[in-house]
Amino acid sequence: MSQKFVLGYFDDEETLMHAIEKINATGTKIYEVYSPFPIHGIDDLLGYKRTRLSVAAFIFGCIGFSLALFMQTFMLGLDKWRINIGGKPYLAWPDFVPVTFEGTVLITALGMVFTFMWVNEFFPGAVEKQPHPRVTEDLFVVAIKSEDAEGSDVQSIMSSNGALEVKEEEVLL
Amino acid sequence: MYESPYRRPLITGDDTTYKKISDDIIIPVEAKPTQWWYMGFAISLAFLALYVWAIGYLLWNGVGSWGLNKTVDWGWDITNFVWWVGIGHAGTLISAVLLLFRQKWRTAVNRSAEAMTIFAVVCAGVYPLLHAGRPWVIYWALPLPNTYGNLWANFNSPLLWDVFAISTYLTVSVVFWYVGLLPDLASVRDRAEGMKKKIYGILSFGWNGSAKAWSRFEVISLILAGLATPLVLSVHTIVSMDFATSVIPGWHTTIFPPYFVAGAVFSGFAMVLTLLIVARKAMNLENYITLNHIDVMCKIIMVTGSIVGSAYITEFFIAWYSAVEYERYAFVNRMFGEYWWSYWAMMTCNVITPQLFWSQKLRRNITAVFIISIFVNIGMWFERFVIIVTSLHRDYLPSSWAMYSPTWVEISMYMGSMGLFFTLFFLFAKYVPVIAVAEVKSIMKTSAEKYMKITMEKEKAEESAQHSHESHHA
Repeated sequence: MSQKFVLGYFDDEETLMHAIEKINATGTKIYEVYSPFPIHGIDDLLGYKRTRLSVAAFIFGCIGFSLALFMQTFMLGLDKWRINIGGKPYLAWPDFVPVTFEGTVLITALGMVFTFMWVNEFFPGAVEKQPHPRVTEDLFVVAIKSEDAEGSDVQSIMSSNGALEVKEEEVLL
Repeated sequence: MYESPYRRPLITGDDTTYKKISDDIIIPVEAKPTQWWYMGFAISLAFLALYVWAIGYLLWNGVGSWGLNKTVDWGWDITNFVWWVGIGHAGTLISAVLLLFRQKWRTAVNRSAEAMTIFAVVCAGVYPLLHAGRPWVIYWALPLPNTYGNLWANFNSPLLWDVFAISTYLTVSVVFWYVGLLPDLASVRDRAEGMKKKIYGILSFGWNGSAKAWSRFEVISLILAGLATPLVLSVHTIVSMDFATSVIPGWHTTIFPPYFVAGAVFSGFAMVLTLLIVARKAMNLENYITLNHIDVMCKIIMVTGSIVGSAYITEFFIAWYSAVEYERYAFVNRMFGEYWWSYWAMMTCNVITPQLFWSQKLRRNITAVFIISIFVNIGMWFERFVIIVTSLHRDYLPSSWAMYSPTWVEISMYMGSMGLFFTLFFLFAKYVPVIAVAEVKSIMKTSAEKYMKITMEKEKAEESAQHSHESHHA
């Protein structure tokens, strides 16, 4: 669903950060900022909490570890037709280290990538929700919902703090 | 983040802007390929055809069409397998290990090095598949339920560990590479029109450059790098265990895992240099893959080459020190036996040539670097050959002693695997930005020549202002 947004266009990340600080001072809520590359420190300015992706990674790691270890234990030690290799122990734990490790890494990596795609709503053919095609090139855009911008002077703040252009537009974000 | 302006710049040129970075790197994807591209691609395709023919012949006639015999039962197939896997390692080292170490020069080379990893692992994977003899039942190597009362795969065998290691490595490399590609594919999408826009639109998964997406992108890159780092070490460790856990003299040594990993990084960086020296020239990327990048990669080759050299010497010492007759013989036989030439080729290419990189002049001389990188590639191939063939051809029973030489099928398969590798690389260079555009942009302010000059002047001005201030007070 398209919505009305106040969009401020910038061509440099330093002016952008400065303008965001000014907007924050007015207490206006910024919807999102778009940029061609990651900008350090912008998360704090926008008040984003640290992503919990690393927690997910740990959980996936535990799942992968248990699955791989259980698989080997079951197949070599518990199943009815376990193989007797020269009378050696069925459960030779040190031998299970490599595959357990690979299993942990595999499940964690795949799980993480799917989680990343899921939370960002990325999938093959997804429509890009961006204010301007040049945000993947050299344009930095601050988007504020029109209803949030109402009654504040964010438009003039942005134009007096280095914005190339400020306009109100209906876009899908 | 502050970066000293006195460091060597990573992006050269006086007119660097965000727009110019996009243009320089993405235009080769948009433009019609050059004649050189068509020529190179055609040659690669010819070799690929040879590959397909040789594999077809092999499948029809069986593994007997290779030159293997019952004494030397691992030959060029496993040599090439280990060689290709090793080459892949540099890509992961650059994209993962150097990310964890926050090395900025990584940004210009990680994309192509990681692509090289994937293609090299594909080339490698084909060898054990065919070596197994009946590739159509290769799924027997997987722990799948079966009709033999569930007779499971043997998890005590390093060969089975390898199945897991290589397939995990390929999968993780592909997803790591592709996640990193999303912003750049989106960049191509946003510059394109029509059908091209649609295709890159599907491929870029709806990437939009929002701060949220970037923040998650950075975290997932870090996590994947953290996973890929031990993974890449484990892969060649496990490959080396294919040898080290056996009781063949010359293989049965505990030094193998670190020695193989160092050798892998060594050969991988040589291949990265071979490819990038040509690519930066052909695609006009000299401002992004600079002499400074080549310089640091040469240093890594020198370090890993020295590790490999000391491993060779340690191996020899331990063979003597162990006082095991067979172990001693295996190593003397390497030096002076029937395959002495392969041993000395390995020693020359791997131990002597990388030491030339102590000279900064040579590290910054493109022709010299290119030639030395080829030498390293050859040397590392011989290392695998020496380890495998010289150890096997004189076994415990003198009546079984044999010699081995490859047939045309093995030679064609080796040349053909190069064809596969270069075909994939040419396609990659045509359809994907070969440098991570977004990552290069993120280091522009700190590491581009133009901006470093500005910072330096600013610092100088501040310094002199401070000086005059101080003298005024005095």
